[in-house]
Formats: sequence, structure tokens, C-alpha cells
Amino acid sequence: MKQQAQHTPPFTEGINRVDGIMKVTGAAKYSAEYELPGMTYAVFAISNITKGTITSIDTKAAERAPGVLAVLTHLNAPKVPGYEAGKDPSKPPTTGGPLKFFVDNSVKYNGQPIAMVVADSFERATYAASLIKAQYNKQQHETDTEKNKFKAAAPKGGRNGGDYKRGTPDDWKAAAVKVEQEYVVPINVHNPMELSVTLAHWTADDKVTVYAKTQGVKSTQNAIAQAFKLPVENVQVTTKFVGGAFGNALRTWPHEIATVQAAKLVKRPVKTVLTRELQFNTVGYRPYTWQKVSMGASADGKLTGIIHEATAQTSSFEEFTEGTVNMTRFMYACPSVGTVYKITPLDVNTPTWMRGPGEATGAFALESAMDELADKLGIDPIELRIRNHADTDPENGKPFSSKNLKEAYEMGADKIGWSKRKLKPGTLTEDGWLIGYGMGTGVFGAGRGRATVKAALLDNGTLLIQTSVTDIGVGTGTAMTQIASEIFTGIPVKKIKFELGDSSLPPSPTQGGSTITSTVGGAVHDACTQLKEKFQQLIGNGGTDKPDYVKVLKEKNLPQLEVTVTSSGSTEMRNFSSYSYSVHFVKVKVHPKTGVVRVDNVVSVADSGHIVSPKTARSQIIGGAIGGIGMALMEEGIMDHRYGRYVNNNYADYHVPISADIPQIDALFVNKPDYRVNPMGAKGMGEIALIGMSAAVANAVYNATGKRIRELPITPDKLLS
Amino acid sequence: MKDLDKGFQADENHEPKENARRDFLKKSSLLTAVALTPGVAVKAAENHLDEKVAAAFEKMPVNITVNGKAHKLSIEPRVTLLDLLREQLHLTGTKKGCDYGQCGACTVHVDGQRVNSCLTLAMTVDGKKVTTIEGLAKGDELHPMQEAFIKHDGFQCGYCTPGQIMSAVACIREGHADSETEIREYMSGNICRCGAYPNIVNAIQEVKNGGQQV
Repeated sequence: MKQQAQHTPPFTEGINRVDGIMKVTGAAKYSAEYELPGMTYAVFAISNITKGTITSIDTKAAERAPGVLAVLTHLNAPKVPGYEAGKDPSKPPTTGGPLKFFVDNSVKYNGQPIAMVVADSFERATYAASLIKAQYNKQQHETDTEKNKFKAAAPKGGRNGGDYKRGTPDDWKAAAVKVEQEYVVPINVHNPMELSVTLAHWTADDKVTVYAKTQGVKSTQNAIAQAFKLPVENVQVTTKFVGGAFGNALRTWPHEIATVQAAKLVKRPVKTVLTRELQFNTVGYRPYTWQKVSMGASADGKLTGIIHEATAQTSSFEEFTEGTVNMTRFMYACPSVGTVYKITPLDVNTPTWMRGPGEATGAFALESAMDELADKLGIDPIELRIRNHADTDPENGKPFSSKNLKEAYEMGADKIGWSKRKLKPGTLTEDGWLIGYGMGTGVFGAGRGRATVKAALLDNGTLLIQTSVTDIGVGTGTAMTQIASEIFTGIPVKKIKFELGDSSLPPSPTQGGSTITSTVGGAVHDACTQLKEKFQQLIGNGGTDKPDYVKVLKEKNLPQLEVTVTSSGSTEMRNFSSYSYSVHFVKVKVHPKTGVVRVDNVVSVADSGHIVSPKTARSQIIGGAIGGIGMALMEEGIMDHRYGRYVNNNYADYHVPISADIPQIDALFVNKPDYRVNPMGAKGMGEIALIGMSAAVANAVYNATGKRIRELPITPDKLLS
Repeated sequence: MKDLDKGFQADENHEPKENARRDFLKKSSLLTAVALTPGVAVKAAENHLDEKVAAAFEKMPVNITVNGKAHKLSIEPRVTLLDLLREQLHLTGTKKGCDYGQCGACTVHVDGQRVNSCLTLAMTVDGKKVTTIEGLAKGDELHPMQEAFIKHDGFQCGYCTPGQIMSAVACIREGHADSETEIREYMSGNICRCGAYPNIVNAIQEVKNGGQQV
């Protein structure tokens, strides 16, 4: 166990996860686990063609099967009133819209639900769905991004449209040292452990309660209210626990609307749990993206020009865009930068953001190219980055609200033993394995949005904090409790109750984009501060810092004292650029004969402001690093383009990291507060935990072997070919 | 095809009106076998006795002890132990992650052995003792493995956690927790997509090294 000795001891500092006991005892209720009288189960029958129309569908046998209550198809499904809204046939759609199930006979991707069976048990619904037979008029489909790259065009809408240019990007061509390479990130699938779930129950003709796997109860509430033309308050969405999501529950998908629709029809609660197969093409994925990075530097390693191009897949009916090339605009102090982003429509379902979203894809290309440049220059890759460090934001000229990236490089390099790295690849071995060290940088915007929080002191001594935000597993409840406990120092953590995941609570944004600790945390901070002031006014001047809240409330005959506060970031923020940074360091062992890559050591450093909740923050960084290892070494959604169908849509064939793949991982924090972003000085870290990791692994593999793999995942066949 | 009312309009007992298999049962000799006259049989059909008879033929008796509680059940043979636990016994601590035995979220103990309950037909555990995550603690006193998972933050979303903990307990009982490498190997049937593996390994090591009874 010599390897273990060099690691920090098991990290148990900081408060325990507030929902930990519920999670380890099985008491935590995820969305499929609510027990309602008369429960029914929905199962989809799916199309086995990729593009075309349904010419006939035989549902008779399914309807006659035991326990079946309903079979919905495009021929009979009751209208979803909001599906017609906003349609102006005179205007062609610019960016399209999400797919709607059961509205017409068209098939737009393989595996698209063509019928929904509702039965009184899961087994009966599953069996009945297998009896549905459809005939199709098949059309020629296109699912291969590479083959359809020539059709790619700039997106018509969305915030990632438009080419970017500063200076004269073509300057790279005249540089002393140049890199011009193409990189590919294949389809990655979120694959959280919890399957997508929607449980809908109409409690009146115009009122519905939904238990949904969602990253935002308010956005799900709004989507359902719009679809069924209901007043928003008539839709109750509850999501107390989410079994991971990584982006696949950021939007409301058509199967959710179909479930609500089915529940209205059968007048009983309907539960839809998507199968693992359907996780691959029903709830989004990280799109296949081709990239090209062209960069040049002077002989002393100063960047002179970078051009970063990307082409990604989208669906035939909707534009999906992400910030794949955006990082290149501000990451390094380079006078001339150009970025080009295009998408190509295919006969597939729409992709969606997956952890680190486009930045994770972009960072693989940019940070691999930087490593290639350092190699050509013959300088250390960290040294190259320091020579091109951006002291101010080169994209807009603004100062950074805080940036401690140089310190992060140093911390990580020290910890992993970077000095042992050889500049010349393929020259270090241990016990017959090739050894390599690599690093990669990650960056993601750190802002603060608007949230409303209710905070109340109860006369039983509880501090109750409420807001609608969900916790997809990152530890939001724990971080919020920590923030509140730092203001109410006299109240023990166990007496602080943070209620979340309920659309009837004060509004918070959807959990995504690394914003919740800043946004909701800021609002929790503000609400608790105001509540404390209100209490101080109640007891008059001269109150102590640790008053007896229970005694005071009882004396004043108040069952509770409460405030509801809406807050958002300061206007000062507009004068700054604000980002969280990560630097990932990896040591790999590569077996020269088999091409097997073992990750031997990982150090991930986060520069994300003050660390609110150390224990959960460490887990978040480790988790992101592991996700990045998956992206680097094994994850790939493989489609057989002849049929437009996934061939590995399950956990056995789509590999994700397992325990045996993962060593001990050090998560280090610069831990310097950035009070411009929010009063805690905290910045997000969900995305940066993963961004840059795949490049770090690829760079380490190059350092070990001298083989540069530019198409993920880095599998043994690529290393041996 | 257009007129699917028959298909979905449930009667008051939420059973479909039209059902060829049930019709077959009504006309078959099964009902005569239970010594009913034709007139009575028709009456029986009106009272949905045919449904009940059909259900009786589809279901099989099974006796399972779950977390020390004996259950005398009548279930369809195709029901998995996982779905029995979650949908019929409402023990939802055991999780469904894949239904193919690929992820380990459904891990429970059957007569002390860890098994994937999604790959186990409930009928096959007739007469056996099943322990789920709900049966691990002694009242409010958590099992040492549960304590260690909290201390080492061996989870994020918590969805794989019950399966991880049931596997972790079995891993020690089997004698497969003697080194970090061995723990990783013998815990590799349980996927954690949030990536808590190092913390899980640390939790198991602590329990193992603490020598507590698991």
C-alpha cells in the first residue's frame, strides 16, 4: 500500500450530509416511490424504424391483455391543449421545438414511443406493450455526424450562435510553432442511476399532482401548466430526492407530458419509469462533436493565434447548442482568436446538456492542443499555460472577480509529484508499465441568479428554510444548512431544517450550470441575515449573539417569526468576469502489450471561491473527476448507422467507471473567497469538476506512450493500432 | 382502430370490458370443474368472478420472510423480487437502476448472500429470508456500515447507496475486504454514477478494520 501513503487521509471534515440517514436507511423517497391508491403503470412501445410514418398500428391484442386500462397512440390520444398553442403556420420555425408524442404518425428517431400502454401492474403493462405491432412507410435516415458534417450550419438561434473573431486569428499560420489537429468527442449518455420517472395524479378535473424526476420543479410545473392550459398553481410538482441527473432532467420531456395525459384519461395515478434502454434516446445525451484547433506560438511559447471550430449533431426538429468553443475566447492571453460553431441535423432525438456541457467537449480539444503545443515547443505544459495566463478577460477586457489559477497549478503539481514527469514521452516505466503524467484545465462561468427563500424561527427551536430548489445529489441541502448555521451560530445544525423540491415553495431556479450554491445560497444567506435582524429588533438593542430563541418567541407569544426574501447578484458583477477554474492532474499506467490504461493517481484542484460545505464539495470534485475519467477512457454511445439504432444502450455495453477503475483521488481547494459573486464568497463547482479531465487523461496517455489519441474514448485498440 | 373506447374505458373495477382470454375462461370447462351450473357461471361472470378465477390461475403462492417479517403472498410468476419489494411490499429502499443485473442498485441479501433482486424471480425465494436496506439497522441504531457511509460521504444522490451498503456488508462477510484492491474488485458490481467510489472504499475499510460485527 505504498501508493496509499501519499494521499491525504480519508476526508471526514465538515458537516455530514443532512439527508444522509435517509439515504443509508432507504427512507429517502425518490419520485417513483410514492404510494397512491389505484396506481397504474405506463410502458411504451417504440418504433423500430428511424425515419418515416406509421401506416398502421395494431393495438387490439394489447387492449385485450389482462389489466390493461388504456393504449394511447397517435390515432386516439386525447389532445394536449397546449400542444397547439403558439403555432403560427405562416412562419417556419427558426429553432424548432421539442418532440410531441402521439400527435401524428411521423417517426423522427429510432426508439421513439409510438404507443403507451397503461395497466394495473408493471408486468401487465410491459407484456401488453410487447403485443403492439406497427407497419411503417420507411424513409432514408441519417444518423452519422461525420457523414453529415457537410450539411452543418451555424445555429439559427440560441446563445451559442455566431462566429467569434478578435485580432487576426489566421496569424497562427505564420507562427514559429504550430498545431493543427482534429478532435472527436462521441455521444456520451448521462445514465444516472435513477431511471427517469413521472408519476401523475389528477386530483380534480383541473388539478394535477406530479412526482417527477426533474432538476427544476418550477420549470416542470410551468411546462405541464402550459401543456394542459392550467393555472400554474393547479399543478403541484414534488421532487424530494433525485437519483442523479447530470443534465438529463433539465427540461420537461414529451414522455412526461404523455404520462400526465394518460393519467387524465384513466382517472387514476399513472407511473412511468423509463427503461435503461430508453435513457439513451428519450432524455438527451452529450452530442457527438467534431472539433479542429489550429494554434500558433512564438518560439518562446507565446500564443499568437487560435482558431477553434466545432460541429455537433442535433435533431431534425430542434436546434440544440452549447458553449463548446466559448472557453477558447477567454482562457489564454492570445491576441487573435476565432471560433466557429455549427450544428448538423440528424434523425435522432435532441441532445441536451450533460455535466460540464459544451465546455467539457471544448476543453478536451483546447487542452489537448495546448499539450501538443508544449510538446512541440519542448516546454512543460504548465509553464506554457503560465506564459499565456490571462490576467484580465481577453474576450471583454474586464478584470476577473477572482482568479487563482496559478496557485491551483502549483498545488496540484506538488501533490501529484509533477517533478517526476519526463518531458520526453514514453521514457518512464514502473514494473513493466509505461508511466505518464498529464494535466488539463477546466473553466465555467460563476454567476448568481435570482431566488426566493423563506426563513422562519419556530417556537420549538427549529430554523426552517424553504425554497423550491431540487438537490440532484450534490448536497444542496447540506450546503444551505451550513450557510444558515454560520449566521445563526446559536442554533445547532440538527435544528436547522431545509425544505426543498416542492413547487409550492418560494421559487428557486433549476439545478444546473453550477449556480445553486451561489444563487440559492446567496438567498439563504440574505433571508437568514434579515431574519436575524428581525429577531434582534424584537428583543431590542443589546441582544446577545446566542439568544434563547424559544424563550423569546414564547414570551412574545409568537408561534414563529419569518421573512421571505428575494435576492440576486449585485450590479457590481457587471464590471467583472467571473469564472470557476479547475486543474486536473493524472498519472496513468499504460500496458505496452495490451494497451490497457489504468488511472493510477488523480489530483483535482478547484479554484471556486470559499468552500461552503467541505465534505460534500470534496465528493462533488471526486465525482466529476470520475465522470471525466469515464469520458476519457470508456464512454461512447455507439449507433449502428445502417439502422439508426444504438447497439450498446445498457450498462453492460456502455461502460461507466466502476470501483476497480478508480484509485484514491485527492480533491484540493484554493479556498479563497470571491465576495463579488455572493456574500459567502462561493463559486460553483459542479461543472469544473469534470471539465478538463478528459484532456488530462489523454495528455497523460501521450506522456506515457508517445501516442496522441484525439478521438475519445481512449480504448486499447486505438493505442495498439 | 379509431374506436378505442373499449380499450380504455375502464369499468368501475378498472378492468377492460373486452377480454378474449377471460371470455375463453368463461366458456371453458374450468368453471364446470369447480362444479358450477351454467346459470350460476353466468351470474359469476357478471360478478367478475371470472376475473378472480383467471387471476387465481395466473398467481402462485409464495412465502417470503423480509426483514424478519413473514409474508404469505400470491403473485404472478413473472414478478421479480425487486418489483415485489418495491411495488407490492412498498419497501422502496431497494432501487431499480437497470433491470438487467448490470448496476447493483437492487442488491439485497437472500439467506445472507448478496443477489441482484432484479434478476431474481420472487417465486425462487419461496421459504427464504430476504434482508433489504430497511432491515439493516436495529431500530434507530444504524448498522456500522451505514454509519461509515455517512462519515465518509460514501454517496451523493443516494440512489445506488442501499445496493452499495448491502454489497459492502456482504463483501466483508465473504472475506473479500482484506485490501483496498480487493474491496474495489468485489464492489465493482455496484455502479455509482455520482462517483463516490473512493469514499465507499474508505467506509468499507473503516468498518473492516474496526472489527465490528457486520
